Amino acid sequence: MQISVKINGKTYDHDIEPRISLAQYLRETLNLTGTHIGCDTSGCGACTVHVDGAAAKACTLLAVQVDGCDIKTIEGMANGNEMHPIQEAFKDNHGLQCGFCTPGMVMTAADILKNNPNPSEEEIRHGLEGNFCRCTGYHNIVKSIQQAAEKINA
Amino acid sequence: METYIGKPVKRREDARFLKGAGKYTDDIKLQGMTHSAFVRSPYAHAKILSVDTSAAEKAEGVVAVYTGSDACGTFGVPCGWQVDFKNGETMREPLHPLLAKDKILHLGEAVAIVIAETLELARDAAELVQVNYEALPAVTCPKKAMEPSAPKVHDQWEDNAAFDWCIGNDRAEVEAALANAHHVTEMTYKNHRVAPNAIEPRSYISDYDVNADKWTLYTSTQNPHLVRLLLCAFALGIPEHKVRVVSYDVGGGFGSKIYHYTEEALLTWASKEIGRPIKWTSDRTEAFLTDAHGRDHIVHSKMGFDADGKIVAHLTDEYCAMGAYLSTFAPAVPTYLHGTLFQGVYTTPLIHLNVVAPFTHTVAVDAYRGAGRPEATYLLERIISKAAKEMNMDPAELRYKNFIPPFNGTTEPGYQTQVALQYDSGNYHGVLKRGLEMLGYEDFRKEQAEARKNGKLLGVGISTYIEGCGIAPSAVVGSLGARAGLYEVGHVRVQPTGKVSVFTGAHSHGQGHETVFAQFVADKLGIPMDDIDIVHGDTDQVAFGMGTYGSRSLAVGGSAIIKSVEKVLEKGAKIAAHKLEAAEEDLEYAEGKWTVKGTDKSISFGDVSLTAYVPHDYPEGVEPGLDFSSFYDPTNFTYPFGTHIAVVEVDADTGKVDLQRFVACDDVGNVMNPMIVDGQIHGGVVQGVGQALLEEVVYDGEGQMVTGSYMDYAMPRADDVPMIETDRTTTPCPHNPLGVKGAGEAGAIGSTPAVVNAVVDALAHLGVTDIQMPVTPQRVWKAMQN
Repeated sequence: MQISVKINGKTYDHDIEPRISLAQYLRETLNLTGTHIGCDTSGCGACTVHVDGAAAKACTLLAVQVDGCDIKTIEGMANGNEMHPIQEAFKDNHGLQCGFCTPGMVMTAADILKNNPNPSEEEIRHGLEGNFCRCTGYHNIVKSIQQAAEKINA
Repeated sequence: METYIGKPVKRREDARFLKGAGKYTDDIKLQGMTHSAFVRSPYAHAKILSVDTSAAEKAEGVVAVYTGSDACGTFGVPCGWQVDFKNGETMREPLHPLLAKDKILHLGEAVAIVIAETLELARDAAELVQVNYEALPAVTCPKKAMEPSAPKVHDQWEDNAAFDWCIGNDRAEVEAALANAHHVTEMTYKNHRVAPNAIEPRSYISDYDVNADKWTLYTSTQNPHLVRLLLCAFALGIPEHKVRVVSYDVGGGFGSKIYHYTEEALLTWASKEIGRPIKWTSDRTEAFLTDAHGRDHIVHSKMGFDADGKIVAHLTDEYCAMGAYLSTFAPAVPTYLHGTLFQGVYTTPLIHLNVVAPFTHTVAVDAYRGAGRPEATYLLERIISKAAKEMNMDPAELRYKNFIPPFNGTTEPGYQTQVALQYDSGNYHGVLKRGLEMLGYEDFRKEQAEARKNGKLLGVGISTYIEGCGIAPSAVVGSLGARAGLYEVGHVRVQPTGKVSVFTGAHSHGQGHETVFAQFVADKLGIPMDDIDIVHGDTDQVAFGMGTYGSRSLAVGGSAIIKSVEKVLEKGAKIAAHKLEAAEEDLEYAEGKWTVKGTDKSISFGDVSLTAYVPHDYPEGVEPGLDFSSFYDPTNFTYPFGTHIAVVEVDADTGKVDLQRFVACDDVGNVMNPMIVDGQIHGGVVQGVGQALLEEVVYDGEGQMVTGSYMDYAMPRADDVPMIETDRTTTPCPHNPLGVKGAGEAGAIGSTPAVVNAVVDALAHLGVTDIQMPVTPQRVWKAMQN
């Protein structure tokens, strides 16, 4: 099927097999390998991207479902070498270890802060419950998002 | 001059991960690369009656299909550790085939591999492979596996035991002491099976280059050199110098990526057959079915006390599952990584542990974060807390009474345990005292008593763990059955411009080696961190290495690097002395330069480096270059320790456990980067909490896994846990140059019993004395009703 998708500000037209997931399309067709696949079933959140401004799990969306949509992936978060305040906050607070869940965490964090610029710790934890991290115990991810909120609101 | 050791230096590796630019194996694409999918058994135990691949071979895009009847069917992956039976019989070691040919021994065992142009076509064609099975009865419980009527895993032996083993004092002596004890506390429970669940699934690409007659294996492994050795020397019998193993970024390991897996060997074999690169990446259900699991011990234990509460003896019998085949380190886990920690932090004078390790119709059990030490710690810390309740003593008081007194391992000797090891240095009183202060223990007990009056179920649980890491002295582990040495390699290459490349055999998959190793090299050389690059994960670049596990990277790998740094400075001093026209003994090295003592005559590290490579005016008898590699073989294990304390509230109506606080005071020796150590503790603690409250791999009676997805296997999510309150005491390791002990596993070792102790404490007044892990609402509710 023919699709036309805007990804990180650029429009792509592709003839794509209907069964290909958005995550596979990003990784295999566009070489945007920052979107990771940890489970295929929406369980881990490593594949989280933004579809029309809202966080979505790219492993359980078909590429053909996002025809006409505006997608942002982790590769679209930094402005050249200047990292997004959320990315900066993850670095400042050691909010990542192996880095595999990190793109999904950053995209989810952006979604949390978009909908709630001043979240409480409880609201952050609730907002992260669709994303697994096996390294950090979430402690420093929560701190990163708290700091990012402060920076963005300052 | 800026120094780095002991400071929370931000990680250099973070930028690429945060931008989505990490290079994990599945991110790699090679020219002409094919994709593969496995046909896996839906039965745990079955005869393979026939395999028909004809339809798959004709399917669109299929390049090749292989089964156990092909040449690869004769190969198997080896076990790296041999533990023989107590009676001297050799460990039973079955062939672990790359593809099953006649018989299936665990759910998910591979029967065929389909290689095709795309992943989708490979998966489509795998559906077309027709396998006829005759299902057979299975046994998944290690204790049931030793019953005479149990289905046999391997027909060639008379029962399912892979080996049995014991350690400690004479059993009869321990039994006699228990018979005479004032009080005996007894426990029977299962330290249940869990799945490591690195979020990056295992992924491999093998690329055979026919012109160079050389393979490159890209693999998500924790130890590239060991994989190469096992692959070449044992699995396939191919020349080691013709294989390059590369593991760039690896998305977590927790033990599960230590081992050499069948898929690595099969892809390597097949890429030469088809003359093209082949990729395989596990999906999550395959990961549950085929990654090595952790724990799975059935435990019966007795601990005896005198009238004053001093431990007089400890006797334990365990059945520890091996799975269908022996994974790389599997026999070491319930033996030398487990029984040797039965002293704990206590002066117990008599200890005996007996282990029976049966084969089961399950995937292998091997090292998972902590590997044998969490199981030992869970037992010791649960039984001592249970004993405290039974003897009506405070659990902290009973621990203080039995602690080994403080010793520094330098002016005071190490502590010789009853179970082979000699602890290096320790101050167990210190961490418990600090942990109780952090919690506000006395105030908490008052709050708890008040809460109980109002029907609120609050509990506190203490765990005072010790672990043995920094593995390991090669001669020691060799005498214990290891088939490899456990030294590490550190190579320091000073470039002509004074920039430094450090090659380490340790492997980072989240631990931050690129930052921490550069911190201490920078300080030792007195140069900026920016001048130092850390290289790992490539057997063509790094001379050799044993990889990262057992919290060994800094204690063993770091020490090897330090040895090479010392060699650089030693040779540099000869060059400096020549250039400064001074005697070597008159020089001192500080802040990146050699200075003639008492003068302002000096030469910088950069100038000496350049001289070493442009040796025009050069000392006689000294070789050009400034490049040293060292092997460091530790003289002992390291022994971090700590106190973990959990506070829980149990919902009286539903039995749900709310973990309200978690306090961790750890002593990991000297700390290079406190930010990273805290991160390791946080993550370890939450993994241990996961085992206590949520996680369990469940096989049903037929060997089907009923927890094979994230819908069924509960791992801790962000809203299951609180912030982790951390602090440290510092008791340096006396036997390695940095004085470090290791922090990677401590969290997962100390936390599990703390949480379960807290739940039992919350319910103690209702008569609850134990609850089987994971402490689910159902189990808690049932315990409350009884």
